[in-house]
Amino acid sequence: MSAEGPAFAPVLALRGITKRFGALTANDAVDLTLHGGEIVALLGENGAGKTTLMNILLGHYLADQGEVSVASPEGELRPLPQGSPLAALNAGIGMVHQHFTLAENLTGFENIVLGLEPLFGLARGRRAMRRTVEALMARTGLVVRLDLRVAELGVGERQRIEILKALSRRTRILVLDEPTAVLTPQEAEGLFAALRALAAEGLGIVFISHKLDEVLALSQRLVVLRAGRKVADRPTVGADRALIAQLMVGEEVEVERPAPAQPGPAALELQRVSAGSGRTRLIEATLILRQGEIVGIAGVSGNGQSSLAGLVAGLLGPDSGIMTVLGRQGGASPAERRRDGVGRLAEDRHRDGMVGDMTVAENLVIERRGERPFSHLGLLRPKAIRAAAQDAIASYDIRCPGPDAPLRLLSGGNIQKLLLARALAGAPRLILANQPTRGLDIGATVSVHRRLREAAEAGAAVLLISEDLDELFALSHRIAVIHGGRLTPTADADRLSAAEIGLAMAGEAFSAFGAAA
Amino acid sequence: MIRFEPRAQPSLLLRIAIPIASALSALLLSLVILALTGTPASRAIGLLLAGAAGSVFALTETLTRATPLILTGLAAAIAFRSRLWNIGAEGQLYAGALAAVAIGSGAIEGPPWLMLPLVCLAGALAGGLLMLGPALLKAKLSVDEVVTTLLLNFVVLLFVQMMLEGPLKDPMGMGWPQSAPIVDEAALPKLVAQMRLHAGLIIALVAALLVAFLQRATVLGFEMRAVGGNASAAAFAGIPVAATLVKTGFLSGALAGLAGAGEVAGLKGYLTSDLSPGFGYAGIVVAMLAALEPLAVIPAAVFIAGIFVGADTMSRSLGVSNYFADLVVALSLLCVLVGSLFLRYRLRRVETA
Amino acid sequence: MSEAFEILLQANFWAAAIRIATPLIFGVLGALICERAGVLNLGIEGIFVAGAMAGWLSVYLGLPLWLGVTVAAMAGACLGLLHGCLTVVLGLSQHVAGIGITLFATSAAYFGYRVAFPAVTTPPRIEPFQPLGLGFLDAVPILGPALSQQTALTWLAFAVVGLTAFVLAKTPLGLAIRAVGDNPASVDAQGLSVAGLRMGALAAGSALMAIGGAFLTMSAFNAFFFGMINGRGWVCIALTVFASWRPGKALLGALLFGAFDAYQLRLQTLAGGVVPSQLFLMLPYLLSIAALILVARKADYPRALMKPYIKGER
Repeated sequence: MSAEGPAFAPVLALRGITKRFGALTANDAVDLTLHGGEIVALLGENGAGKTTLMNILLGHYLADQGEVSVASPEGELRPLPQGSPLAALNAGIGMVHQHFTLAENLTGFENIVLGLEPLFGLARGRRAMRRTVEALMARTGLVVRLDLRVAELGVGERQRIEILKALSRRTRILVLDEPTAVLTPQEAEGLFAALRALAAEGLGIVFISHKLDEVLALSQRLVVLRAGRKVADRPTVGADRALIAQLMVGEEVEVERPAPAQPGPAALELQRVSAGSGRTRLIEATLILRQGEIVGIAGVSGNGQSSLAGLVAGLLGPDSGIMTVLGRQGGASPAERRRDGVGRLAEDRHRDGMVGDMTVAENLVIERRGERPFSHLGLLRPKAIRAAAQDAIASYDIRCPGPDAPLRLLSGGNIQKLLLARALAGAPRLILANQPTRGLDIGATVSVHRRLREAAEAGAAVLLISEDLDELFALSHRIAVIHGGRLTPTADADRLSAAEIGLAMAGEAFSAFGAAA
Repeated sequence: MIRFEPRAQPSLLLRIAIPIASALSALLLSLVILALTGTPASRAIGLLLAGAAGSVFALTETLTRATPLILTGLAAAIAFRSRLWNIGAEGQLYAGALAAVAIGSGAIEGPPWLMLPLVCLAGALAGGLLMLGPALLKAKLSVDEVVTTLLLNFVVLLFVQMMLEGPLKDPMGMGWPQSAPIVDEAALPKLVAQMRLHAGLIIALVAALLVAFLQRATVLGFEMRAVGGNASAAAFAGIPVAATLVKTGFLSGALAGLAGAGEVAGLKGYLTSDLSPGFGYAGIVVAMLAALEPLAVIPAAVFIAGIFVGADTMSRSLGVSNYFADLVVALSLLCVLVGSLFLRYRLRRVETA
Repeated sequence: MSEAFEILLQANFWAAAIRIATPLIFGVLGALICERAGVLNLGIEGIFVAGAMAGWLSVYLGLPLWLGVTVAAMAGACLGLLHGCLTVVLGLSQHVAGIGITLFATSAAYFGYRVAFPAVTTPPRIEPFQPLGLGFLDAVPILGPALSQQTALTWLAFAVVGLTAFVLAKTPLGLAIRAVGDNPASVDAQGLSVAGLRMGALAAGSALMAIGGAFLTMSAFNAFFFGMINGRGWVCIALTVFASWRPGKALLGALLFGAFDAYQLRLQTLAGGVVPSQLFLMLPYLLSIAALILVARKADYPRALMKPYIKGER
């Protein structure tokens, strides 16, 4: 089926879309056609222009040039008024955002009917809508508990609500932005089955992803953007991972493997440690991490990683169990952890990593502000601070206007390089790398990976928490999986397959890790 | 179509020009309102300027009025910088004044050189301690400090009235609810002969310098800015957020308390329950006009003081209510708030497709 | 001691409690509507003053009472929209904007009063709302006579509690308001206007606050005084948290507060000058702070409260 191409007429045509932000051209004369029943994968690195293009399609941005046409119910392509989200919705364009647009204090059903009924009226027709949604769930297999508040639901169910929400509007074009980023491989399979069924009914689907295997498995056509330009538009049949990666980056990428470790004494030791609360609680975790090795913790976000990271970072103390970090028993403050020699990277760099209104230099020394040579007797020493900042800017290749520029002006990749420079300052003996490359482009990712490898080779212990299997395999010597707050024993990365980790991430089979957790 | 675009870093010129433009627009708006009530606006502005700065007397009056405003402005600026919304400077000012008369009106007899520092210290301490409650509640229980500080303003004023009718009532006050006067040793010296301007101004100016130094050059100031910039990132980096907020609250309250002590020891000589015509609230406007920069608080306070003093003169001559000054001050806050937008964004005309 | 208890059995006491509670009911509901939509409206104190002044002045100038209430509501709505221009459209600090609105509305009302009455010493009076005197209620002990002493505005307040509860819980509009206060992107993605909903909530909420102010000059009293609001607005903000943003609990909180305030007034006379009156007058403010501390641990703030929504920044 996928080889034969679309069986339906075009439902969407983008013609010569150009969008500039100041000097940056985010989209440069991009054309894109989508047929009913077709699944098109939209690929590109971060900053390649995928999100901008979709924002134009959805009316959130105005294109500088170009035209968007959408098929009318009669099947005729008609220009879509631009810059109007409502017009896009009414034309049958639905989007499932990477960050869900759900009100958590409402039930799933309420989220679906929101905006479908006249605003100033009574909630009549709800019973009919309920039947429609239930029929839709039965048809697509996207089953959710409609009457629970979204706050009580897991990620997978939330995403199904998002899709049902889009489909409830007689959507003929569905855009999904990185839909599997938060799903286990098994949940993702379920999603793909539903998408294939929907496509078979004539829905046109644009699927944005950077997971190449998924793209190959699901899509019929590939559209690749690079630096705002469309560089490829071809059938999926006949393409492979290497080819797509090359199209996206423009050059050959090699997948590296870590050098074998020479493990030393234990830097981090957990014995049946529990900590945190709610859905992210860590339950009786046992783990040993030695100097010189990188241990990867695989798992879907929200399964206890933040509690584990909190314990190491000093934001959280253990409720029970024995925890030893660099010789210190039990919990400690962030400042104590740092002084003990723990280098820490925050999971969400905007929330926990950076103070955007303070300067590059101040952000670099924020953890060491009270220490020599950066201060003395409570007074700051600006010269020493600036010198250290210039040093870090040069050796970590942080692109910025200078050490005195506010940090918020920097790009995500450069901010992460700065935070890495801060975490690695003073040669820490234990490094917490929590989702270290999330949202970074390939160039920045490569440089972060290199630094972490070098640190381990120099004898540091690295705790790598990641959702990205490619990253876990590229860095880790040993890998454990976390699911529902429970941590599996570690297994050598060489002996594991992605499928085994995927199953364990879904909490189904921990057998590959040699124990029932 | 016109759109906002983020501005990278506003130039120094812009950072000075925008508050000035905001203050002038507020003044202009108020004059339009005044004209609508049938008052000749050109005469009004002339009288206002003359009243604020037209003579040595006018100037000293403006500076006298600016003295507490610099301190309450600093109190708001230092707290807001750490995102601690202390709206209680009015109450802290009264607490400071109360402590000053309690210590300085003869209850304690110390060596003469000690009395003045003691009175100022007592005022600062009282204001600081009063703000400690809301700051602790915010840091430990995340109780919204806006509401607690606002409500405490009313509590403190009632407490002051109670004290003035009770233990602190002046036995020689002929029944008026006022405190006994500050002893001469505890009074702030006058700066200009025959005028009301007093050494409190020096204290206020030094305080502004010290706060500027604290924020720019010390580790504590670094921590205060980091907590205000992004509290969770500050916590992750090992900054004790709760402790920093409590210290900030204490300093903020102490500055407002010092303002109260200065009014009593420098200007009035005794305490009544109408000591402050809203210096605490006007301090917020001063801080916003100064974009929370401690040194910019000084000109901002002088501007607001000039409005108060000038409007007094104007209202006497034209028979306009002196609530006019409050109107200008309120409009200044709204205008500077809108103006702050132009520091972060620039307006750009965009061609619509 | 028994005297202190007997107060609770007097119809007059409960009448006073309900009278004190009425403006607070309006105020808490107004604050609740704004906050449910994600906007903290600290303009409330000033909007109370503006409503009290506008309503009373309209009637003084010859308008019928209900038209005066309408004028007050409109003045409140305008101030709410001004708040919205600053905080919703321009995304500026809700704290500072709210304080700014309060300072502006208060000074404008005072200035306006002085323009209208340059040199009066006794405040001019109007003929205020009269008790409805619903005779059939008198049969109910204590509460019956207490209720029949209330004016139409109090009954309006009760009605608005029900209406607000119904709209929030049962209508598409209420759904959208609750959603926009939790995650504005959810509303935006469904083609509804975040700014429109928030502006609407601010206008409606502020109109209610202003009616609360008008109650004071047009029902509780019959004239406008300086300083007559005296922190009532801030008390409402505290009560909103106490009521955990629910209309029913808001009514309960306001009535509790009214009862407490009326009780301390009566205790004050009982104490007969032995205890300074200020100590009693402090109690309502301290009670509000205590209420805030009490619920602080479990307060479930609307998630998007005080977060401006800027398109494309999710």
